[in-house]
Amino acid sequence: MSHEQEHGGDRSHLSEVELRVRALETVLEQKGYIDPAAIDLLIERYEKRIGPRNGAKVVTKAWADQEFKKRLLTDPTQALASLGYSGMQGEHMAVVENTPALHNMVVCTLCSCYPWPVLGLPPVWYKSAPYRSRAVVDPRGALRDFGVELPADTEIRVWDSTAEMRYLVLPMRPPGTEGWSEERLATIVTRDCMIGTGLPRLPGGKAP
Amino acid sequence: MNGAHDMGGVHGFGPVIPEADEPTFHAEWERRIFALALAAGRAGQWNLDMGRFARENRPPTDYLTKSYYEIWLAGLEAMLAERGLVSADEINAGRPLGEPKKVDGILSHGNVEAVFARGRPTERPASVPARFRIGDRVRAKNINPTSHTRLPRYVRGRPGVIERLHGCHVFPDTNALGKGENPQWLYTVRFDARDLWGPEADQLLKVSVDAWEPYLEPADQAH
Repeated sequence: MSHEQEHGGDRSHLSEVELRVRALETVLEQKGYIDPAAIDLLIERYEKRIGPRNGAKVVTKAWADQEFKKRLLTDPTQALASLGYSGMQGEHMAVVENTPALHNMVVCTLCSCYPWPVLGLPPVWYKSAPYRSRAVVDPRGALRDFGVELPADTEIRVWDSTAEMRYLVLPMRPPGTEGWSEERLATIVTRDCMIGTGLPRLPGGKAP
Repeated sequence: MNGAHDMGGVHGFGPVIPEADEPTFHAEWERRIFALALAAGRAGQWNLDMGRFARENRPPTDYLTKSYYEIWLAGLEAMLAERGLVSADEINAGRPLGEPKKVDGILSHGNVEAVFARGRPTERPASVPARFRIGDRVRAKNINPTSHTRLPRYVRGRPGVIERLHGCHVFPDTNALGKGENPQWLYTVRFDARDLWGPEADQLLKVSVDAWEPYLEPADQAH
């Protein structure tokens, strides 16, 4: 597989596919099956407004507020809705907590299921064959591709999103962040931390 | 179907290559097809599971050489053509060649927020009690339907443990065929990696899938 294909395969036949999508959009519009203004609004919604910043707010609130954390783990769909994070591809949520003994990682081996309201749309690697094939058989190897090496005695749990449950990983709060505001904490909670392919790292430092 | 989309455990795809500061979309046409596919679903001519099947139902060579959004385009074209909404000739011509078909509705600018903030919950009221309880030992059935299923090959025939119970949810295998939502109990089933991949597997690895009750049988049942 070429480098280009791994990154979406769009460059090799950009004009052909671009023309076809344009033609399809024209036909759909002229037949009255779509509202062009709705198309633009949908793109804006998922490109500009919904993304992993939402999930980072959830994680930092859980780190700071034990009562919220408890609700987040026991009734995640409702706890997330209370912050305004609900809807398409987040209708039924599960939040799984990392501990010193257990690391959680999320995949969709069959397609690209991903918790849109808290993380936005999935990155290309999450939808790619290398990740989907490897996460369930060699997660430690897949983690090394992200520069993450877990202690040999850490148990790994991989959640394959085969139904409509959507999973968010609650990472561990790193030491050295005592007294940080939720806003500052959110800067170290990356998208990958909440999929389980990353760990929160202090600026310039290593993960715990 | 046993398609190329069912990738768990397949070797040879190479390393995962994360992209730094990755944009949400990599080209304008990706933005368009993403939104067109979601909006066209609002016409009510197919459901979630039919949509998934339209994307995975293609020769492995085709699935593996198309990019993610190229598969979305191919799946959308197939569904539009099958239902008589848009023909391949119309896409080739870039204009309608016949009268539009009556559809349930369209996604308008004014209802985008409401529709997407609500989503499409799949949980339904239960009509029968759950067959399995948390902690029960079960086995994923060895099934190989040529139609849509969400039981990946790597767990079929393998023993696992019921870990969570999620209520009754729309059953993809019938819903994709237009044979009804047929809600079934949904469980998280946890497998020890050695039961999936053999004695050499990572002893500290456990993998779970979310499985509907018809995918499961008691572990002691002959198979």
